[in-house]
Amino acid sequence: MQTTSGQWDSKRAHEIITEHAGMPGALIPMLHALQHAFGYIDKSAVTPIAAALNLSNADVHGVITFYHDFRDAPGGKHQLQVCGAEACQACGCRELMTHATEKLGVQPGETTPDGMFTLNTVYCLGNCALSPAISIDGRMYGKVDANRFDQLIDTCKAS
Amino acid sequence: MTTTRIYVPRDAAAVSVGADEVAARIEHEAGARGLDVTVVRNGSRGMLYLEPLVEVVVNDARLAFGPVTVDDVPGLFDAGFLQGGAHPKALGKTEEIPYFAKQDRVTFARCGVIDPLDPEDYAAHGGTTGLRKALQMDAEAICQQVLDSGLRGRGGAGFPTGIKWQTVRNAEADQKYICCNADEGDSGTFADRMLMEGDPFTLIEGMTIAGLAVGATQGYVYIRSEYPDAMATMRKAIELGYALGWLGSSILDSGKDFHLDVRVGAGAYICGEETSMLESLEGKRGQVRAKPPIPALAGLFGKPTIVNNVLSLAAVPDIIADGAAAYQAYGVGRSRGTQAFQLAGNIARGGLVEKAFGISLNELIHGFGGGTYNGRPVRTVQIGGPLGAYVPADKFDLAADYETLAGNGAMLGHGGIVVFDDTVDMAQQARFALEFCAAESCGKCTPCRIGSVRGVETIDRILAGDKPDENLELLLDLCEVMTDGSLCAMGGLTPMPVRSAVQHFPEDFQRDNPPGASTSSSARVTN
Ligand SMILES: Cc1cc2nc3c(=O)[nH]c(=O)nc-3n(C[C@H](O)[C@H](O)[C@H](O)COP(=O)(O)O)c2cc1C
Ligand code: SF4
Ligand code: FES
Repeated sequence: MQTTSGQWDSKRAHEIITEHAGMPGALIPMLHALQHAFGYIDKSAVTPIAAALNLSNADVHGVITFYHDFRDAPGGKHQLQVCGAEACQACGCRELMTHATEKLGVQPGETTPDGMFTLNTVYCLGNCALSPAISIDGRMYGKVDANRFDQLIDTCKAS
Repeated sequence: MTTTRIYVPRDAAAVSVGADEVAARIEHEAGARGLDVTVVRNGSRGMLYLEPLVEVVVNDARLAFGPVTVDDVPGLFDAGFLQGGAHPKALGKTEEIPYFAKQDRVTFARCGVIDPLDPEDYAAHGGTTGLRKALQMDAEAICQQVLDSGLRGRGGAGFPTGIKWQTVRNAEADQKYICCNADEGDSGTFADRMLMEGDPFTLIEGMTIAGLAVGATQGYVYIRSEYPDAMATMRKAIELGYALGWLGSSILDSGKDFHLDVRVGAGAYICGEETSMLESLEGKRGQVRAKPPIPALAGLFGKPTIVNNVLSLAAVPDIIADGAAAYQAYGVGRSRGTQAFQLAGNIARGGLVEKAFGISLNELIHGFGGGTYNGRPVRTVQIGGPLGAYVPADKFDLAADYETLAGNGAMLGHGGIVVFDDTVDMAQQARFALEFCAAESCGKCTPCRIGSVRGVETIDRILAGDKPDENLELLLDLCEVMTDGSLCAMGGLTPMPVRSAVQHFPEDFQRDNPPGASTSSSARVTN
């Protein structure tokens, strides 16, 4: 998903926590809102979230770590996801991922040293008739071969 | 001068191959040539192999061109495509393209036809008819219609929708909920996404009718985070629905209320399992609940809850509008109505095929799909997502319905069919199924959490040629433990792809001393 990587701002974080605290089942929407605002969920947010929702710190921590989406450290400027699921496997996504790691010089889960890209594997983007599929900052691309991958990366770098 | 209407899909799959750029180029080119065009961003018609599929309205008919690239656009104008001029990308009337003409479009009748966020367009194409009728019916009669239609859950388990609704209706409670499962995690599936992006009001209408049928006033659509476009379209449609009085207090001045919100998943496959989804909606870790109690009696926040897949709910407005018998007339045996099959993977003509149950795998894979994309022979298809079986090519005469597939060691699931060519390494695919289970297990029970990890290790030994026969036996024992001892179908069905791979492709597991044996995949596209 599109993120706004920025500095953690405790005051703004408190506002977001307060805005969401009243809704039923508030924790996941609250975590999404925090990650959307800052690009990650700082560890310092756990205590105020727990207090606002009447939960223990362990509860909140448990939820953050359960879901693949939530990060506790800032990611790169661009979030790059390469689909690794079966329909894309049938169209060469294993090779595409190898190409991606070589092109970017990082492994899945890592961020490039210049902070431009965070590379991840995703399990299906719902574009399985146009595999292999990738997503950059929440926008999907289909029929991605090594050439198209390089073009997309270069366009990101240029922007 | 009258304006010419041009349709360019906004569907994320169409956009993934350039629909936004094509739409922009068309507007630019028309402007430069002083031509008056109105570009409408519709949903996808489901012929994804033709995306971006551009349609031009000429004499009230929609003429198709595709797949259109940005560079094609000036040439299309030169060829007079606004008047239906000849062009290599011209496909004739959209509705006469065989892939489309041969389908039974019921749930997807409006998808790709209308502007998804234009309520008038929706109503002009039959939208809200079901809801208006439901408002005149009593709750029991609505449930009865759904039961009589023969509709079964499209999320995977195939449970009769009408029975679920009656259970919730008969439960006594101060609050009940309608939860739409839009987690669509299975590889090879995209029908929920297409519907939410292409015809969101149908889902809203189906959920509202469900609310009337069981006395629920609050609904949630739980959408996976991988679907940002579906989220945005659903949110916008809900906002419009409130403004029009289709949602909220006293819907359509009936005195009945229904409120609806979108909630977003966070990248956990297991949250598609209904009780895990409910935990997630409550703001917890997505751990599966033991059943009983069933969600129909104690679901969200402990209240009686309908959990239904997007397509189950989206089928309802038509069932109410046209009557149960019309829907029930489609299909075979206990598989009634239509199924949105999704043709995916290494396939020449991938896309969505809505068809009455009864069609064979062959007709889908070869008839509609045209075989593989790269022209190699089809070796196998995986049906029903990561927990579904690999079906070998010599079984493609099977009908793709619930009972036939179940009777042959496979399952329909959410209707995804993923095609693999003859370079696929089935041991590698079996390994992936277990690896995926290990990564996505909610961790509640040991057979699933530990069994899947052991399974990966065991396959790795087989691949390395280490006592392959012994280890294969061990692998099948592990499968049995997982099937028998898992709390939910994640651990319980992961053995299905593994066993089917071993059973139908034993040669791929014979790695004792093959020259150059490696544990890396040999699956690749050669084009
Ligand atoms: C591991 C697992 C994942 C599932 N994923 C989905 C899903 O993504 N979408 C869905 O509708 N049902 C999914 N289901 C099935 C649901 O548990 C449930 O049966 C379904 O949502 C009920 O709706 P239906 O009767 O309309 O199909 C999944 C089940 C399991 C065990
Ligand atoms: S089978 Fe797996 S996913 Fe299902 S409850 Fe057990 S551990 Fe969780
Ligand atoms: S499997 Fe890759 S997009 Fe669905």
